[in-house]
Amino acid sequence: MQMQNHFELFGLAPAFAVEADALERSYREIQSQVHPDRFAHAGDAERRASLQWTTRVNEAYRTLKDPVQRARHLLELQGVDVAFETNTAMPSEFLMQQMELRESLEDATEKKDSSRLDLLRGNLGKSRLSLQQEIAEAIDAKKDYAAAADLVRKLQFLDRLDEEIDAAYETIE
Amino acid sequence: MALLQISEPGMSPEPHQARLAVGIDLGTTNSLVATVRSGSTAVLPDAHGRPLLPSIVRYLPDGRAEVGYAAQARQADDPKNTIVSVKRFMGRGVKDVAHIESSPYDFVDAPGMLQIRTVAGVKSPVEVSSEILRVLRERAELSLGGSLSGAVITVPAYFDDAQRQATKDAGRIAGLNVLRLLNEPTAAAIAYGLENAAEGTYAVYDLGGGTFDISILKLTKGVFEVVATSGDSMLGGDDFDQRVFCWAVEQAKLPPLSARDMRRLLVKAREAKEHLTVHGEAPITVKLSTGDVVDVSLDTETFCSITQTLVQKTLGPMRKALRDAGLSVEQVKGVVMVGGATRMPQIQRAVGEFFRRDPLNNLDPDKVVALGAAMQANVLAGNKPQGEDWLLLDVIPLSLGLETMGGLTEKIIPRNTTIPAGRAQEFTTFKDGQTGMSIHVVQGERELVSDCRSLARFELKGIPPMVAGAARIRVAFQVDADGLLSVSAKEGTSGVEASVTVKPSYGLADADVERMLRDSFEHAREDTHARALAEQRVDGQRLIEATRSALAADAKLLNADEREAIDAAIASLERLLPGTDHRAIRQAVEALNRATDEFAARRMDDGIKRALAGRKIGSL
Repeated sequence: MQMQNHFELFGLAPAFAVEADALERSYREIQSQVHPDRFAHAGDAERRASLQWTTRVNEAYRTLKDPVQRARHLLELQGVDVAFETNTAMPSEFLMQQMELRESLEDATEKKDSSRLDLLRGNLGKSRLSLQQEIAEAIDAKKDYAAAADLVRKLQFLDRLDEEIDAAYETIE
Repeated sequence: MALLQISEPGMSPEPHQARLAVGIDLGTTNSLVATVRSGSTAVLPDAHGRPLLPSIVRYLPDGRAEVGYAAQARQADDPKNTIVSVKRFMGRGVKDVAHIESSPYDFVDAPGMLQIRTVAGVKSPVEVSSEILRVLRERAELSLGGSLSGAVITVPAYFDDAQRQATKDAGRIAGLNVLRLLNEPTAAAIAYGLENAAEGTYAVYDLGGGTFDISILKLTKGVFEVVATSGDSMLGGDDFDQRVFCWAVEQAKLPPLSARDMRRLLVKAREAKEHLTVHGEAPITVKLSTGDVVDVSLDTETFCSITQTLVQKTLGPMRKALRDAGLSVEQVKGVVMVGGATRMPQIQRAVGEFFRRDPLNNLDPDKVVALGAAMQANVLAGNKPQGEDWLLLDVIPLSLGLETMGGLTEKIIPRNTTIPAGRAQEFTTFKDGQTGMSIHVVQGERELVSDCRSLARFELKGIPPMVAGAARIRVAFQVDADGLLSVSAKEGTSGVEASVTVKPSYGLADADVERMLRDSFEHAREDTHARALAEQRVDGQRLIEATRSALAADAKLLNADEREAIDAAIASLERLLPGTDHRAIRQAVEALNRATDEFAARRMDDGIKRALAGRKIGSL
């Protein structure tokens, strides 16, 4: 049985605004059926099937939990390629803003200023949240997938910055 | 006395007897074995009533090995042949080992993993560990009165693939059916969580003899979910001993020491450390073979100051784990302390300050891991009915990736991904007519391959010549529930498929494991054939039972022909079981496995459908 989309696997309607509790509950219910711990004393055939299913369920869950991956998956289901790798064109205003944020990050790292890192992270969190709301609107309400793809690329930019902040914390510790 | 059960002819007796399963904490300093018996979990002591087995193996000239207290008693007399803290060497090369200059051993730098030359020959850390595991297996079998159906062996959460593979191999060589490698902090969380009916987010701070782990878990009814884990697999109580040792050498102005004197002083250093847990001052007095006498006294304040950097070293991983979990200290409901080294007051203080709450010490830090492992073993053996068991979701501690152009790492599976996990990535050729591609698998967080641990290298050959960039090479990573990785690669465009599956090079080749198995049986004077036969019978019996219970539940998923084929495979295996041909039994087991392949897949699909149906009804 090969399911077409990750939402179907969890019995959810395909939408960006996914109910985290329902997703988690469904994930756990499926895991409790297929997890290798259930089949540790079973035969090879069942253990193999269990490993394949759990791997698939984990991957699907990870995809749906992460906003960028979830949006990308939804757009792919609509036949829209987000093209993270090839399409790096961004509005110049957004790029300027990103450069400023990165400079500020570098500066905070050099000065080992963890409270500024906290501040950067706090602001970034807010920007990410509002972008996610825009994505939800573009995909779920307006069904404007091209616009959504642009927003998803922006969100991925912010996610990378978030990773860089993590790295910065590690550098100054 | 219980009444004997008499079953109808052709029916299997129900409920079946509980399978004998144990949890083993294979520690740097001490090891333990525990089990669940009639509902309660307990550590199994040795014949003298001692629960711990010192993880010390002494090799004798006749090839035998002494393990535990006997070996410990002779460590200072025979340092070269008495291996302590062997866990530090698992899956490690000579260059990886800290304080190698103060190790008394005669190391052999073998490819992949170091080895130690002893009076009984050159030994791999895997073989040394298997001696410890064998003693624990024998202890359990004697105490439980039967051969074990399986064992859960714990490993530090921060162990990488090579260290895990080495541990699993040691289990096999010791004659154990390894049901699962379980992360130590996760095992502790199971024991703590069940004992205290704990719910919410907890941290487990596990400082053992040689390794440090910090895991953050979300506990909800029936689910243990690891959210993030971090640590240092080269930091533990041993390092505190080492600091005390160096301090004493400096204080007493000692010249370079012989292997024996080194061991003598190290033993005293450890005793002083333990003494300081409850006292303000500890004497270190030892007469060396040179006639020098060490007579110094270590007070708490000095001890804290010489070990302060070690305590600090545990803070970085704690912050990292919290960041990875996306949590602040306030969101952590409690911190469970595990490992003998957490008895040190300065550790308790540092953890308390970091988390701004008193650490939880209500379980014995030496035993909690073994107890949790025993509880998990009981579940994995199938001794708990569905509904009374729990779901355990663990993660990989370090990212897994590949080397790409320019010596850079491409992460395929990031750290803290829930296991089992699988991911594939496509690569292409960069030269016209390129027919081979070398694939280098690494583990670690750093960008440069040279800063990560190399797990395996292999070559994909037979790619049909094409222009650069036309080939599609799909490299697939699969991490199983033990956290062990296998990698395969295949070229897709041409229909010509080259495929290879690798086991990490730090693990041993299957042939090595076979040889060690043979050697170990010779020394243990066990009959190899008898052992193989017993194992195959247990395997066969287990498979028949599992298949029958699957049939009882889901026979409706099969048509008459399919049912007949499975019944025939069961019958033929059953016929062979009382015989003495272990190879024939093995073949019948494999045949039954093949016969149930499709049935297993259908059952799994059906399970998912039922889970979803249940959810929909439940949410109506």
